Amino acid sequence: MTHSVWQQATFRPPYVLGVVWDKSHTHGGTRQPGLARADRLRCRPSGILWPMPPVVRVERLVKTFQIAERRPGFGGALAGLFRRRYRAVRAVDGISFDIDPGELVGYIGPNGAGKSTTVKVLSGILVPDSGICRVLGRVPWEERIATVAQLGVVFGQRTQLWWDLPVLESFDLLRDIYRVPRTAYESARDELIALLELAPLLDVPVRQLSLGQRMRCDLAASLLHAPRLLFLDEPTIGLDAVSKLAVRDFVRRLNRERGVTVILTTHDLDDIEALCNRVLVIGQGRILCDGSLAELRGRVTTQRCLTVDLEDAGAVVDCPGAVVVGRDGHRVHLRFDPVQVPAPEMISRFVSRHAVRDLFVENPPIEEIVARLFAQESARKP
Amino acid sequence: MPGTLALYGRYASASVKSQLEYRASFLMHAAGNFLLSGIDFCTLWALFNRFGTIRGWTLAEVALLYGMVNLSFALAEALARGFGTFETLVRHGGFDRMLLRPRSTALQVAGQEVQLMRVGRFFQGGGVLLWAAASLDVRWTAAKVTLTAAAIIGGACLFAGLFVLQATLTFFTTSTLEIVNTVTYGGVETAQYPLSVYRPWFRGFFTFVVPLACVNYLPAHALLERNDPLGSPSWLRWAAPLAGVLFLTVALRIWELGVRHYRSTGS
Repeated sequence: MTHSVWQQATFRPPYVLGVVWDKSHTHGGTRQPGLARADRLRCRPSGILWPMPPVVRVERLVKTFQIAERRPGFGGALAGLFRRRYRAVRAVDGISFDIDPGELVGYIGPNGAGKSTTVKVLSGILVPDSGICRVLGRVPWEERIATVAQLGVVFGQRTQLWWDLPVLESFDLLRDIYRVPRTAYESARDELIALLELAPLLDVPVRQLSLGQRMRCDLAASLLHAPRLLFLDEPTIGLDAVSKLAVRDFVRRLNRERGVTVILTTHDLDDIEALCNRVLVIGQGRILCDGSLAELRGRVTTQRCLTVDLEDAGAVVDCPGAVVVGRDGHRVHLRFDPVQVPAPEMISRFVSRHAVRDLFVENPPIEEIVARLFAQESARKP
Repeated sequence: MPGTLALYGRYASASVKSQLEYRASFLMHAAGNFLLSGIDFCTLWALFNRFGTIRGWTLAEVALLYGMVNLSFALAEALARGFGTFETLVRHGGFDRMLLRPRSTALQVAGQEVQLMRVGRFFQGGGVLLWAAASLDVRWTAAKVTLTAAAIIGGACLFAGLFVLQATLTFFTTSTLEIVNTVTYGGVETAQYPLSVYRPWFRGFFTFVVPLACVNYLPAHALLERNDPLGSPSWLRWAAPLAGVLFLTVALRIWELGVRHYRSTGS
C-alpha cells in the first residue's frame, strides 16, 4: 500500500456527525465586525447538523504582556534591579475569527500589531488571558503536544532545520520527532523532494544553502508529518523573484489540490494577491478588516502608485489624473485612481508627455493601508 | 519511555555530527578540557605530597572521591549541557520552536546540545578513578563496582538537576543567575575533598539541600569500609545515590512549572 502526504493532508473531519453548531448563544446575538464573513458562511437555522466545524475558531481572545519599564540612566537601571515597574500591554485585544477547512487566509498587519502573538496562541506556545480558541477541535495550550502534531509551521527568518546537518538528516530527525511511520514518511519525503526540486540539496549542510533553497527545504520539512494546518510566517521575505514565485506556486498547489488550510502572515501584498482568498487585518491587537483583498482595498483606497524614472531630472511633471506625492532626483512618485483612469491609459498618457527611462505601477504598501484602516476605525468611534 | 530515549539518542547523534563538522575546534576543546581538569588533580597531588594525609585520608582515597565526582560532572555536562546554554536559546526564540514540536521540552532542551568535548574531563576523571581503585587496599566485589557505578550515575543526575534548575531560573529572571554556577562548579571542587573537613552548615547544605554527599562521600565510605566520623548508618551509604535521581526528578517538576510560567507571560 502506498501512502501519500497528500492523501493524509486532505482534510478529514475527525468530528462526530451531529455536532450542533449554533452561534446565536455564543455571541449573545451581537454581531462583531470580525465575524461578519464567518456568520454568513455558517448561518444556519439553529439545530441543523453541521459536520465541518472550522479548523480554527477564535473568540474574544485577549493576551496581555507585562512589560518592565526601564527608567533612564544608570541610576534607573540600578533601581530597576530591585523594584520594577510594569506596564500592561494588550498585544491581542479581543479578536474573533473562524477559519474553515481548505481556506488560504492572509494575516497582515504592521510589526507589533499582534500577529505573532495570535499565531503563538494558536500553536499552543502561549496561554491567553481570556477568550475561546480551538485549533483542529482542540484547545492548543491545554493539549500542546496533540495540537502541534497536526500543525506545520514555517518561519521565513529562522530555519527549523539543523544548521550543521545535511538536509536529508534533518528530515530523518523530524520523522522521529513527529513519529511518522516509515512508509508514510518515505513517500511524503520523496514527493516533496520532487515537487520542490530538492534532490541536489539533500547532502548539503543547511548553513551552506541560499535563502531560497533553505526556504524550499523548510517548506518540505514542515510538511513531512502531513499537517492539516500550515502557518507560514513571512515565507518570501528576502527571496529573489524566482524563488518567491516558486514558493507561491507551491503553497497555492498545496492548498488548492490537497486541501491544506494555510494561514499566511506577510508584509508583501503581492503574496496576498497571488494566494489568498481572504485577508484578516490586525492593528493594535484588533481585527480591522476581514474579507477579500478587493474588499479591503475598496474600504481604504483604490489608489495605485506610479513610480517613474525621468530622462530629465529637472523636468516639470504634469499629467492630468495623477498627483505627484514625492520626488527624488530622476525618480518621481505619483498617485492615481484606476477607477477614473485605468492603469494602461495612465501609463500611455504619462509616456506621451514625458521622456521616461523606466516606469512601474504598484499597490500602496501594506503599512499604509493598515494605517488608513486604523485611522478610519478610530474616527468611527470617538 | 523507550521512544523518548531513542529520540534523545537521535538528538545526541545529530548534535555530535554537527560538532564533528568542525573537527579542529572539537579536538582542541577536548584536549583543553582534559588538561584543565588535569591541573585540578595536580593541585591535589601537590597538597598530599606536602602534608601526607588530611584528616586521616590518603591521596588514593581522595582520588576515589575525585574520580567519581569528575566522571559524574563530565556525564552531566555532556548529556544535559543544553540546559546550561538555555538563556541564549530563549533569547533567540529557539525555545518557541521547541514548543512547536510534539515532544517534551526537557527532552528537546537536553538533546539540542550534547557536548562530546567533555570526553576530556571524562577520561581524566576515569583515569584517576582507575588509579585510585588499583592503589587502594580494597576488595572490589561486584556489589562495590555496582555501587560505584550507581554513585557516578546518581551524581550525573544531581548535576543535571542543577543545570535544569539553572535553566528554569531563566524563565523568572531575565538572565541566568551566576549563583547556580557556584553550586555546580563549586560543588565539584567541594566533593573532591572528604565532607568531614568542612563546617557543619556547609556539610548540611551539601547533604540535604543539594545532596552531593549522597552520591560521593557516603558511598565512598561503603567502598572503603571506613567508619564515618559523622556517624551515617551503613544502609544509607548503599542507598544514598538514589538521592541524585530524586533531585533530578524534583528539578524536572520545577522545570514544568517554569515552562507554564513562560507560556503565560511569553517573556
